Amino acid sequence: MTKTQGSLERSAGTRNDGAGFPLVFELSRKGRRAWSLPEAKVDAPGLDELVPERFRRSEPPALPEISERDLVRHYTRLSQRNWAIDVGAYPLGSCSMKYNPKIAEEVAAMPGFAALHPLAPDDAVQGALELLGTLQEALCEATGMDAITMQPAAGAQGELTGLLIMRAFHEAKGDARRRVIIPDSAHGTNPASVSLAGYEAVEVRSDERGLVDVEALLDVLDENVAGLMLTNPNTLGLFERDIVRIATAVHEVGGLLYYDGANFNSIVGVVRPGDMGFDIVHLNLHKTFATPHGGGGPGSGPLAVSERLARFLPAPVLVYDKGAERWGWDHDRPDSIGRIHSFHGNFGINVRAYAYLRSLGPEGLRRVAERAVLNANYLRALIADAWPTKYPGICMHEFVASAKPLKQHGVRAMDVAKRLIDFGYHPPTVYFPLVVEEALMVEPTETESKETIDGLADALNQIAREAKEHPELLHDAPVTTPVRRPDEARAARRLTVRWTPD
Amino acid sequence: MDFAPHTHDDDRAMLDTVGLDALSDLFEAIDPSLQLTRPLDVPPALDEVELLDHMARLAGRSLGPAELVCFAGGGSYDHHLPPVVKALAGRAEFATSYTPYQPELSQGVLQAIYEFQTLVCELYGMEVANASLYDGANALVEAVTLSMRTTKRSRVLVGASVHPHYVQVLRTYTSGLDLDVDIVPFGSDGVVDWSKVDATDAAAVACAYPNFFGRLEDLGTASSVAHDAGALSIAVTDPSAMGVLASPGALGADVAVGEGQGLGNPKSYGGPYVGLFATHLDHVRQVPGRIVGETVDADDRRAYVLTLQAREQHIRRAKATSNVCTNQTLMAIFASVYLGWLGPQGLQRLGEVCIRRTAFAAERLSEIPGCEIAFKGPHFKEIVLRIPGDARELERSLAERGFLAGPSLGRWWPELGDCLLVAVTERRTEEAIVGLAQALEKELAG
Repeated sequence: MTKTQGSLERSAGTRNDGAGFPLVFELSRKGRRAWSLPEAKVDAPGLDELVPERFRRSEPPALPEISERDLVRHYTRLSQRNWAIDVGAYPLGSCSMKYNPKIAEEVAAMPGFAALHPLAPDDAVQGALELLGTLQEALCEATGMDAITMQPAAGAQGELTGLLIMRAFHEAKGDARRRVIIPDSAHGTNPASVSLAGYEAVEVRSDERGLVDVEALLDVLDENVAGLMLTNPNTLGLFERDIVRIATAVHEVGGLLYYDGANFNSIVGVVRPGDMGFDIVHLNLHKTFATPHGGGGPGSGPLAVSERLARFLPAPVLVYDKGAERWGWDHDRPDSIGRIHSFHGNFGINVRAYAYLRSLGPEGLRRVAERAVLNANYLRALIADAWPTKYPGICMHEFVASAKPLKQHGVRAMDVAKRLIDFGYHPPTVYFPLVVEEALMVEPTETESKETIDGLADALNQIAREAKEHPELLHDAPVTTPVRRPDEARAARRLTVRWTPD
Repeated sequence: MDFAPHTHDDDRAMLDTVGLDALSDLFEAIDPSLQLTRPLDVPPALDEVELLDHMARLAGRSLGPAELVCFAGGGSYDHHLPPVVKALAGRAEFATSYTPYQPELSQGVLQAIYEFQTLVCELYGMEVANASLYDGANALVEAVTLSMRTTKRSRVLVGASVHPHYVQVLRTYTSGLDLDVDIVPFGSDGVVDWSKVDATDAAAVACAYPNFFGRLEDLGTASSVAHDAGALSIAVTDPSAMGVLASPGALGADVAVGEGQGLGNPKSYGGPYVGLFATHLDHVRQVPGRIVGETVDADDRRAYVLTLQAREQHIRRAKATSNVCTNQTLMAIFASVYLGWLGPQGLQRLGEVCIRRTAFAAERLSEIPGCEIAFKGPHFKEIVLRIPGDARELERSLAERGFLAGPSLGRWWPELGDCLLVAVTERRTEEAIVGLAQALEKELAG
């Protein structure tokens, strides 16, 4: 085995009785406490008088009763049982797990951002609105769009917002359309959002190049098509070369083009969705703009549109009064699809994205795309013999390898993923996209160094050899982690989704 | 400053390996006529010193906690943020990790979510909770669509005392679906009289408890009305109240949702927050988003995994229970550490302090000539103060006097244009409450 790049704490806190790592509830001892809060200290009646019996709780919830020190050790040890960008490489395809700059955390915590109340009068939050306004303008410029909303909290919420705008656009013309076209390589959120927006998702297949089959697309394009959702580059890491032809065809039947920004990291500063013909764009700021993904969220999924769709954006819309030199929210938006978030979206994440943007500037942004694409192609070249990819040529920020040739040795993509863990790397995305059998979708991102990618390539090449010579090494993997191969079927069959006191 | 580690030599060596001459060759698949021939027109790069200064200046252009005492509520609350919460939940091992697809490398986040699910179930009196949704509004939407799938009905009754933004978001989200959103008005006491409501043909009844005005609304009756009609009962509930108030589960709710911001997360101008979602096990296959389950590993050790994934978009695609993918896991971990810090007694204390100080504030503020509490009856941590004149104007002028009190209610209910929603958390002392009253007196005296 090559030198391990990183590993998790295996023993910390593991109990000797075999029960495994304790739950916070199992640390609880009646009467122990961490909390420190004031008494009411006001001249007011007691709870018995203020709260009628029928609303009173008889037993408080069974929250853990532990000391602050125990709380600290519990969560510190839990954190040590978790992979993270700050621990090691994380080449999950389509997730853009790049380094998250520390300065962004520091600035987002400034009281002038973190302590602002979302319903404060506009005059009291001018700095926040100025930040949002500048960020909005920069994101419109980067995408080639004209107007934007920062309300969507994540990509999927951006998708729904965009699809509802698509619906509003057609309905405003008295044009009830029913279908939205999606390539078979698309993320699952695309068809799910289409259904939620009340449209029917129609799948169009990829051709032998791994790109949208334009002839197949033309076959399904008609006056009933509201639009096409496209990730470009797509989830195979390939740029849709026919994008202009596709855009023209969709526009000719009166449809709109939706750009899923999941893979925007590979083209930022190089080419803009608006210039390709897209009408609606969502970005994932937790990908391209380096905000931390938090173990599954938060994200931020701003949604940008071209001029003709601006009036449909969710209300309220941020406006700048030049005369008064004042930012404010415009609620009077009669054509708006309505609100999509409780307040203004994931503002704290948008502050981080702004700090990242200001750190990089225009040249830095282009450098992101260049190094992201360089890293992917470099890794692909280093492993080309052992891991041939289906589609030749230069890829973009990611590529999809296949473990299919290893099937004859009884090895599956998941075995490869688990073995890679033992070499000190987080595995790539597996079994996606669905159009590649035994898919391993690899995205190094621009913040990994040549040395890290060299090490990852060595590991992948060695695993390919092991698969043939010692497949049991892959079947037994991982052997370096706190747990190995948890039984997922059992989890679903014997469903236990919360701790219960004995 | 960018964060790519490539030296010039790295670039050269890597390009050689790939077989390209220049970085621009990497984009050969993109038609040159589409490619930008200029840098993006975005603000220039700042070095770290400049950036910190710039951000501090921007932050300084808003009125922060040093300038304004926060009596604002309406779905975002100024609760105490114990330092231990950020110190733990903010750890980079949590913050810079991805969705836990590989359980061997994700036991930390998976177990933290499992604990979060348990905590939310305990608060709400439920059997299953998910790994979080975007915010309170989004959680209500998901509860309503769950009820539509479960009952095969297409009408929902929503109390007018539910957060008006949540109702707006519900309308937006479901505008493409066949759903009638019927609003049930509240009475002169600020609560819906659910005993007079006919829920025939409804998929669900949605009741806020405590409601947007801080009033304790009769969730028990709302649940009975729903169940008599074969509908589900949805509770929109502030989790901070769960130390002293009966749980939604105990009052018959089938789905309990709420905003978890108050559980250890900063107000942060509206996000990132965390939508809480919990229900009974018979609905588990209709639950949106991620759920963590307990299992054992190959060596029979306890372990945690994402479970019932066949509900989700990456498997079920167009037929998924929801389109949610990225959620608010980190904010859920913040909430978990916070609840661990509070414990049952801390949560009780929190509730008691909120209720008693709010009662004190109600008493003190209604002593001001011309002012009264608009909706009388039991409250949790908010009250509606009716003032003589335009509450929106008053909201602004109070801000000039150092108090953030509001929102004013005319923006949602024109007939309540003379009303301010005032929130009192455990952070507002008697002195601060008296200070607000005196500022109000001065302002009204002109």
